[in-house]
Amino acid sequence: MSDTLPLSIVNNRRLEKWLRFDPDRTLHLAVGKVEIGQGVLIALSQIAAEELDIDVDRVNILAGDTADAPDEGSTSSSQSIEVSGRSVRLVSAELRSRVLARLAQRLNCNPADIAIEDGAFLLENQPTGHDYWSFVSDADYAADITGSVVPKPPASYRVVGQPVPRKDLIAKVTGAAFIHDIVRPDMLHARMLRQPSRNAQLAALDKAAIRRAAKGEFRVIRLGNFVAFVGPDETVVQRAAVAALAHARWEGARELTPAHGEAAWFVDQPSDDRLIGDAPATPAGEMVSAVYSRPFVAHAAMAPSCGLAEFRDGHMEVWSHTQGVYPLRNSISEILGLPKDKVIVRHAHGAGCYGHNGADDAALDAAVIAQQIPGQCIRVQWRREEEFGFEPVSTAHRTRVAAVLDAAGRPVDWTTEVWAGSHVQRPIYGGLFLAQEALPNPPPPAKPGDPPEANGGGGTRNGTPLYDFAAKRIVHHLALSTPVRTSSLRGLGALPNVFAMECFMDELAERAGMDPVAYRLSMLSDTRARHSIENVAARCNWSDRGPVGTGKGLGLAWARYKNKAAYACVAVELEVDKEIRLNRVWACADAGLVINPDGAKNQLEGGIIHAASMTLKEQVTLDGAGITSLDWASYPIMTFSEVPEISTEIVHAPNLPTLGMGECTFGPTAAAIGNAVYHALGVRVRDMPLTRERIAEVLGRV
Amino acid sequence: MNTELSVNGHSVHTGADPSTPLIDVLRNHLDLRGTRYGCGLEQCGSCMVIIDGKADYACSREVGSVAGRSVTTIEGLAVAGKLHPLQVAFLEEQAGQCGYCLSGILMSAKALLDRNPSPSRADIVAALDGNLCRCGAHPRILRAVEKAALAIRAGALS
Ligand code: FES
Ligand code: FES
Repeated sequence: MSDTLPLSIVNNRRLEKWLRFDPDRTLHLAVGKVEIGQGVLIALSQIAAEELDIDVDRVNILAGDTADAPDEGSTSSSQSIEVSGRSVRLVSAELRSRVLARLAQRLNCNPADIAIEDGAFLLENQPTGHDYWSFVSDADYAADITGSVVPKPPASYRVVGQPVPRKDLIAKVTGAAFIHDIVRPDMLHARMLRQPSRNAQLAALDKAAIRRAAKGEFRVIRLGNFVAFVGPDETVVQRAAVAALAHARWEGARELTPAHGEAAWFVDQPSDDRLIGDAPATPAGEMVSAVYSRPFVAHAAMAPSCGLAEFRDGHMEVWSHTQGVYPLRNSISEILGLPKDKVIVRHAHGAGCYGHNGADDAALDAAVIAQQIPGQCIRVQWRREEEFGFEPVSTAHRTRVAAVLDAAGRPVDWTTEVWAGSHVQRPIYGGLFLAQEALPNPPPPAKPGDPPEANGGGGTRNGTPLYDFAAKRIVHHLALSTPVRTSSLRGLGALPNVFAMECFMDELAERAGMDPVAYRLSMLSDTRARHSIENVAARCNWSDRGPVGTGKGLGLAWARYKNKAAYACVAVELEVDKEIRLNRVWACADAGLVINPDGAKNQLEGGIIHAASMTLKEQVTLDGAGITSLDWASYPIMTFSEVPEISTEIVHAPNLPTLGMGECTFGPTAAAIGNAVYHALGVRVRDMPLTRERIAEVLGRV
Repeated sequence: MNTELSVNGHSVHTGADPSTPLIDVLRNHLDLRGTRYGCGLEQCGSCMVIIDGKADYACSREVGSVAGRSVTTIEGLAVAGKLHPLQVAFLEEQAGQCGYCLSGILMSAKALLDRNPSPSRADIVAALDGNLCRCGAHPRILRAVEKAALAIRAGALS
């Protein structure tokens, strides 16, 4: 355990912010990370139950609430268990130790002599008559967390490491679970008319025509170019919003062409250029390079965004499926000119988001309207076309990999060069909300940034290979603007970079006349990485892999997410006929101590399917004023009939620190597919998505 | 104008305009909010309900078109507080991540098992192909439906 306190504790030092034993023999655990489908809450509950020795069913968790739960920033980047989990462990261990010290004094014994069984204290195996609920006093909570108490050794774990089922799933199979279902007194439904782009001006709005189409009562809230239809009947405001599209005239909207949607567009754009790693060099040897790309892609959550807000007596209360209630609270307070202590943001479950989608925008939409209509709850529901058209997308991303090879065909010098827009424009990174740009006096355009390298970078994520090359560097061209708003999506630049780098490794292996797995292992001294690769190679029968070009392919790739989180190796077996058909996938991940192995497997499988969907099918298309892939027909994702059989294994490493694993299979899956397609066809398809048209185009060229 | 239909075995009258989408009537007029809006375009299956034994989209159907017919929603899946074998199996397999897709998937799966209690893997895949899941919970969902089918054949109440 490192001696520095996790940031979550530094920002929330008081014990009572986190834990409380409630009279109904439960434990109230408050955390700042939120459930976004990844099963984080059960894992955090397990950690608290473990350290306090209570049954995990006794843990009631409150997640994401600026009034009643600690500030832990955003839930992103596979950080929840690494950071929040460590915090919950330290806080729980500390409370246990404070309580036991006091009890030992009372019983005149050594704290170490006291055992705890589901919250009841035993001395020499006999009940003491005390338990947490009878004994803990306010004084036990009223203290700063020191972080000095050593938590339990992993060898004694009974709850951590077990596949405990999630509690929230019951509501989700019985139909009661989501922000979309919240009903408040005096609730009004709202739909937005979206400004097509920054600077577009609403020149005319034919309200009479909209009223005729809506067939019912509603109000129009208009503030500059911010327009909402608000009324008691959801059906009516929905009709109004749909009709408004044809009855609004905008001037000055941006004009895009399909070329803006290609990764190659970024090559001639003004950019912030950086070099990370070794200085440029020209060692002797053959230089080879290749360019790979991924287009803009969408989060494409199953549920269009939703936000609720109530403005009563100068207080704004907001419900959102945001990844960060505190950052959202701060933004709303600033934008609406309300003191921070007059704004509360509470998290409510939405569909799996996988990054910065429309959640925060919808919450601000609701708050802006609520300020205009005090005393009523405003429920904003985005339409499907609005979600696809206006959520921030993940930037198109072009990666050129170049290597100087020694006589045996192994790289001695490696460069990963990246052209992309910003991978994170959350408001805390200076990004703007849609409503801000539509309201009068919009702020100047956001200056694009990317997370620092210490946080894993953005466009540069995973760009430095972990192979034993003598010299490696990244050249990053961060575009100063993007055709449409971009922000974080699962893994940021990791997927396109790992796709490029691990496909290129196969290309180099072939040049060197070596088997791709043997080639990798010959330059890889990281034993955990080697283990995962060897595990997968054995399970997929790599040694029996047939020749190139039979129409059937087996490909493999690996990465350590962010070069510091979980390791994952993935192999993919597929067939190419007209389409690519994935048959089987094998994966192995090493994430150190795994809190909930079943939840972890669920994440690995989900990551594989999401990445496969992105690699084979997904592309946001641009034209006219913005995004033109506005429904599931124009933005198809993987379906039940396309999903392969998946076998996952997790390395048992309970004594190593927990590593975030929600994103670790993402890049390796994309590259394994790329390599398997090459193995099947004998041609290299370097631009995602690997659709039938793209493959035909590449085949036509050879 | 009044529309009469049966919802989860109860006869209901709704004064909603007959052109109102069935999903709005279920969610806002009848307070059955488990039927989910995903696209309104018959493309995602989030809104799937069972109409006279057949899985169907609630997002685009007008309530007038189901007058006199029988609609089952996710709220009608458990009977008298007892979870349906499908729900039990989904919990056992932890078949879901965010769970937003599950209402629709459970209804598609129920319609399948009601007409074919011994479906093959291919039958299940075909029955669920109109339901999207963004979280990639597909392998578990398929396993859970198979498990529920087994349980139903073994006599669990459905
Ligand atoms: S909401 Fe009905 S199919 Fe998507
Ligand atoms: S579990 Fe999230 S969409 Fe299926």
